[in-house]
Amino acid sequence: MDSIQLSSILVAMVRGAPVLLFAALGGLFAERSGIVDLGLEGKILGSAFASASVAYATQNPWLGLLAGIAVSCMLALLHGYVCIQQRGNQLVSGMAINIAVSGLTFVLAQFFFQQGGRSPSLDEGRFAVLNIPGAQALADVPGLGWLLRELLGGHTILVYLAFLAVPLVHWVVNHTRFGLRLRAVGDNPHAADTAGIHVGRTRYLALLVGGVLCGLSGSYLAIVQTGFFLRDMSAGNGFLALAALVFGSWRATHTAIGCLMFAFFTSLQIQLEGVALPVVGKVPGSLIQMIPYVVTVIILAGFMAKSIAPKAIGVPFVKSR
Amino acid sequence: MALVTHGEGAPPGVPVVEFKGICKQFGAVKANADVSFQIRKGSIHGIVGENGAGKSTLMSILYGYYHADSGQILLNGEPAPMRNSQEAIRRGIGMIHQHFMLVDTFTVLENIMLGVEGALVLDTSFKAAEKRLRELGSQYKLEVDPNARVENLSVGAQQRVEILKLIYRGADILILDEPTAVLTPQETDALFAILRVFRDQGKTIILITHKLQEIFALTDRVTVMRAGTVVGEVDTATSSREAVAQLMIGRAIESSLPRAPYQPGAVVLEVAQLNLHNAQGVKLLDKLNFSVRAGEIVAIAGVSGNGQSELLEVLAGMRLPSSGELRYQDQRLPYAGRHDADGLPAVYRTLGIAHAPEDRLREGLVKANSVALNAILGHQKDAAFAARGLLKPEAILAHAERLVREFDVRPADPQLRVGLLSGGNQQKVVLGREIAARPTLMLIGQPTRGVDIGSIDTIHRRLLALRDAGIAIVLVSVELEEIRVLADRIIVMCGGRMTGELAAQDFDTTRIGLMMGGVSQTVSP
Amino acid sequence: MNPQDLPRWATSLLLPILNLLSALLVAGLVIYALGESPLESLGILVNSAFLNPEGLGYTLFYATTFIFTALGVAFALHTGLFNIGGEGQMYVGGLGMALVVLNMDAHWGPWVVIPLAIACSALFGAAWAFLPGYLQARRGSHIVVTTIMFNFIAASLMNYVIVSLLIPVGQQTTASRQFAASGWLPRLNEWLPVLGQTPVNISFLLALAALAVYALVMRRTTWGYGIRAVGLNPHAAHYAGVSIKGVVIGVMAVSGALAGMAAVNSEMGSAHQLGLNFTAGAGYIGIAVALMGRNHPIGMLLSAVLFGGLIQGGFDLSLEKSNIPPETFVFIQGLVILFCGAMENLYAPAVAGLLRKMKKPSTA
Repeated sequence: MDSIQLSSILVAMVRGAPVLLFAALGGLFAERSGIVDLGLEGKILGSAFASASVAYATQNPWLGLLAGIAVSCMLALLHGYVCIQQRGNQLVSGMAINIAVSGLTFVLAQFFFQQGGRSPSLDEGRFAVLNIPGAQALADVPGLGWLLRELLGGHTILVYLAFLAVPLVHWVVNHTRFGLRLRAVGDNPHAADTAGIHVGRTRYLALLVGGVLCGLSGSYLAIVQTGFFLRDMSAGNGFLALAALVFGSWRATHTAIGCLMFAFFTSLQIQLEGVALPVVGKVPGSLIQMIPYVVTVIILAGFMAKSIAPKAIGVPFVKSR
Repeated sequence: MALVTHGEGAPPGVPVVEFKGICKQFGAVKANADVSFQIRKGSIHGIVGENGAGKSTLMSILYGYYHADSGQILLNGEPAPMRNSQEAIRRGIGMIHQHFMLVDTFTVLENIMLGVEGALVLDTSFKAAEKRLRELGSQYKLEVDPNARVENLSVGAQQRVEILKLIYRGADILILDEPTAVLTPQETDALFAILRVFRDQGKTIILITHKLQEIFALTDRVTVMRAGTVVGEVDTATSSREAVAQLMIGRAIESSLPRAPYQPGAVVLEVAQLNLHNAQGVKLLDKLNFSVRAGEIVAIAGVSGNGQSELLEVLAGMRLPSSGELRYQDQRLPYAGRHDADGLPAVYRTLGIAHAPEDRLREGLVKANSVALNAILGHQKDAAFAARGLLKPEAILAHAERLVREFDVRPADPQLRVGLLSGGNQQKVVLGREIAARPTLMLIGQPTRGVDIGSIDTIHRRLLALRDAGIAIVLVSVELEEIRVLADRIIVMCGGRMTGELAAQDFDTTRIGLMMGGVSQTVSP
Repeated sequence: MNPQDLPRWATSLLLPILNLLSALLVAGLVIYALGESPLESLGILVNSAFLNPEGLGYTLFYATTFIFTALGVAFALHTGLFNIGGEGQMYVGGLGMALVVLNMDAHWGPWVVIPLAIACSALFGAAWAFLPGYLQARRGSHIVVTTIMFNFIAASLMNYVIVSLLIPVGQQTTASRQFAASGWLPRLNEWLPVLGQTPVNISFLLALAALAVYALVMRRTTWGYGIRAVGLNPHAAHYAGVSIKGVVIGVMAVSGALAGMAAVNSEMGSAHQLGLNFTAGAGYIGIAVALMGRNHPIGMLLSAVLFGGLIQGGFDLSLEKSNIPPETFVFIQGLVILFCGAMENLYAPAVAGLLRKMKKPSTA
C-alpha cells in the first residue's frame, strides 16, 4: 500500500482538473443557452494545436494562449452559425467539428513541423510556476507544509485561474443580467423573446464565452500539461467535460465537483497501474478508467440524482409570430 | 425601466380604446370585417363570441402581433398604429395569453425582471424591485411571493405573476384571453376579485371569453362578435344571458339533409363518471356521463378548449383517463393496469373503434407519406394489407384507389405525397380510411375544418349514411350548423363538464348558447 | 416554391451532391494552401481507389465495414434517434465474434464457425445498443449522451479484455491470438483474381445483402412502416397504435447488431485476430456515410464506396505527397458530416428560388 501515494494522486488531480474545468464551464454557457455542444473535444484539440504552435514559434506562452482562444472562438462561431442561422442539427454539427478538427490539426502539424503530426517541445515557452509566499519556510511542517507547497502552491497561473473560474462562472450565471438572460433563453426562448430579448444574439454570445473557456482548456493541455501538441491529445476530455455537466446538472459548482472526481479517477488509475491491492489484487487501469462514464450513465438513468438539462436545449428557435 | 405611468388618461368622454373600421383578411377568410366599437376607461369590457368570431384576431391587432389591412385604433383619442408588441407594451397595453410566457425555473422576481433588469449586476436592482413588487402586490391584491419558483406555483398563482409582470411594466390596459380556461373555480373567484380591484384603480380590462357566467359576474359592457363582425353591444347590467346567447349565435340554424328515422339500437358506448386531470392538477374532464347507441350521432358541442379534444383522445385510446368507467359493447375498455397509452389505440381499433382526429395533420396523417400509405395508417397490420409482417403493395394500392374514387379525392393519385393535398382532400383521405374500416363506433373531431363548401356537403351525407347503417358516432364540432345537420342528440361541454344534453328536435340556439357559455341546463325529459 | 416543397429528386440527389461538392471544395482549398494541387491529388486518388483493380479491392474492403456501421446509424435515424454508439457497438461485436472463433476454430470447420461468429457479433453489438435504447425509452435518458458514454466504456472494457485476458503470453501485438483457418473469411480474389492481393472478402456480399434487407424492411414490412411513422410523426404513430417505446428499443438493438457485424470484415477477413482499437473510427465514418447517403440504400452504398476510396486513395496519396497524410481524409469526413448532416438545407432556398424562376415562363 505504500506505493500508492494519496498525496501525489491529489496533486495530480489538481494538475489534471483544469482541462476539464475550463471545458466543462465553457460547455455550460453554450448549453445553458439552449445549444447542445458536443464540440468541446474539437475546441480543446484545436486550441491545443494553435497554442502549442504559436507558443513554440514565438517562444511566448501568452501569445500561444491567445492563439488557442482565437481558434476555439472561431470553432464556436462556426457551430453557432450552423445551429442558429442554419437551424441545423446541433448534435451532428458538434460531432462534425470534432472529426474535422482531429484531421486538420494533424495535417497542419505535419505540414508546419514535419515531426509526425506533433509540434516541437516547449522548453522555454511555458508558464511560470507560482509559489505561495512563505511556503518554503513552512516546508518542514507536516501536512501544512505539503499543503502549501505542493497542493495549493507550486502550480502555474492557469491552474489557479481554472479554480477561480468556478465561483466566477457561478456568479455570472446567477447574479448578472447576462446570466439571467442566458438561462431564460435556454429554458424558455419564447418567453425571453416576448420579454424583448434577442435569442440568437444571446446564444452567439454564450457560445463565444464558451469558446474562450475551451481555448483556455486546450492551451493549458498543450502548453502546461504536455509541452507540445500531439495528435488527438484531447483524448476524450471534451466528452468527460460533457459528462461532468450532466453529473452537475449544468450548475457550475456541481459540475466542478464532477470534474474533480473525474480527474481524481484518472490520476488514481495511473497510480494503481500494476499495484496489487489487498483484497481485489491488481485492478486494471482500464476498469478504473471506466468509472466516470459508468457513473454518468447511472445518473442519466435517473438512479442517483436527477440531471436536469436546460428545457429548450437542442431545439432551434423559430419565432412564433 | 421603472414603473411607467401613461398620464392621467383621456379626458372624460373619450374612450381609452376605440376600434374604427378594422379589417383583416387571411387569404380568403375575413377574420375581422369593419369592426368598430369603443372601450371606456376604468371598465371591464367583455368580447364574446363563438369560434372564428374574430375576437383573438382583433386583440392580436391591438397588441401589435398583426397589422390590420385597413381601419384605425385610437388610444385616448389619438391614432396609435401598433408596429409590434414591444410598442404595445410601451403604450401601456399588456396581454395575458393562454400559454403563459414564464420561465419555470426562475423565481417570480426573475421572471418579472427579465428584460427590464435595470443593471448589469442584479443584486441591488433586484432588491429595489422586490420592494416595489410587494407594494404593487398589496395594492392590487396580487399576493405572490417574489422568491417562489414559478414551477412550484399553482396555475392561478402563475397567472397572477403574468398580471404582475404587466403591472410592473406600467400597463393600463390589460387584455385577458380566455383566462379561466386553466383555473379551478376558487382561482377563478380570486382572479375576478383582482380584476375588480384593477378596475377600481382606474385600469381598463378587456376580457375575451365565451363563458356567459364571467360576462355577467365581471363585465360592465359586452361586445358580441360573430363571423368577423360586431353584431351587438350591451351594458351587462341591463341585459340578460339569453339575450347575449342569442346575439352570439344570432341566426336560425336549419337542418337540410335527408336522414332515416331515428331508431337507435343497442348501447355501444357508455361513459360513466369520466374524469381526467393533467400533471398540474387542472381538471380537463369533469364527471362526464353519457351513452351512445348504434345508429345515432351524438354531437359534442362547445367552444374549443373545453375538454372535447381530450374526450376524443381518451375514447380513442390515445390517452388514459384519470378515473371513471368506459364500457364498449358492454365490456370495459382494456386500459386498466396500464402505465401509459403506448400502443393502446391499436387495441381499440381491433375492437372496432375508428377515430378521425381533430388535428388531422398532427395526428391523422404522415405528411411525407403517400396517400396510399396514409390510407392504411392504423391498419398496417390488418390481414387485408399485410401478411407475415410484409406489406401487400397491390392490395394497399387497390384500397387507396377505391378510397380516392369513392371520396372524390383530388388529385386522384394514390402515390402523391399527402402533404401536397388541400386540407379538404386530406380530410377526405382520413374519413375515407376510417369509414372503410367498417367500425362499430366512430369518433370524429371537426370533420369539416378547412374543407371547401362542396366537400362539406359530401362529408355530411356520408356521415348520415353511416348513421343510417347502424354505426354509433361521436362527433365533436364547434360549428352549430354542422351539429344541427347531423346530430340526433347534442351534448354541450364547457370547462370539462357537461352543461347540458338535448335531443335534436329540441334544438334551440339560445339554450345551446347558454350551455356553451357555461350555464348548466338540466336535461328536459 | 418553398424550400420544404422541393421535389424528391432535388432533396435526394441535387442537395446531397451540392453538399458533398462544398465539402470537397473546402478540402481542396486546404490542400491548395498546403502547397499541393487539388486536381492532381484528386487524380492520384481516383486512380488508386477506383481505376486500379487492386486499389478497388481495398476500396471495397473498407467500404464493407462502412456499409455496416452506416446501416446501424441509418436504422436508428429513421426513428429520429442519433445513435453515435456505433464505434462501441462494433468493438463489442468484435468480442462476440472472437469468443466464438477462439473457442471453436480448433475443432469446427468454417461452415460452422463463420455463421456462428457473425451471429454472435450481431448479438453482442445488439446487447451493447440495447441498454442505451432501453434507458431512452423507459427513463428518457438522452440517447446521444448514453451512447457516447458506452463508447468509452467499451474502449476501457475491451482494453481490459484484450490486454489482460485474450493476449497470448509473449505476444507483442496487443491482440488475441491469430484465428485458425476455419475462422478466416474467404476472400473474393479466390473467384476474381483480378482483384489481386486484397482482403475484400465475402462479408462484402453480406453487406450488400444487408442493404437489400434494410431496404426491404423499411419499405415493405409493417415493422418498417411503424419505424418510419415514429420518425416522421410520432403523434400519428401513436394514433396508428404503434408502440413507440417498443420501436425505440427494437430499433436500437438492430442498429447495434448491424454495427456489431461490421467487426467481422476487418477481423475475420483481414487481421485474423481481435486487435486493440481495431475499429479505428469506423463507427464515426458510418455516421458520415449514413448522412451523406441520406439513409437510402443506394446512397449509402455509393457513399461507403466513396469513403472507402478516400481511405485507400488517401493512403496512396500520402505515400506520394507527404503534405497530404491520411488524416486529411479524416478532415474531409468531418466536412462531409457538417455539410450533409448539419447543413443539409444550406442550398435549399437557392434551389427553390431557381426552380421557381424556371417555372414562371410556362405560366404565361
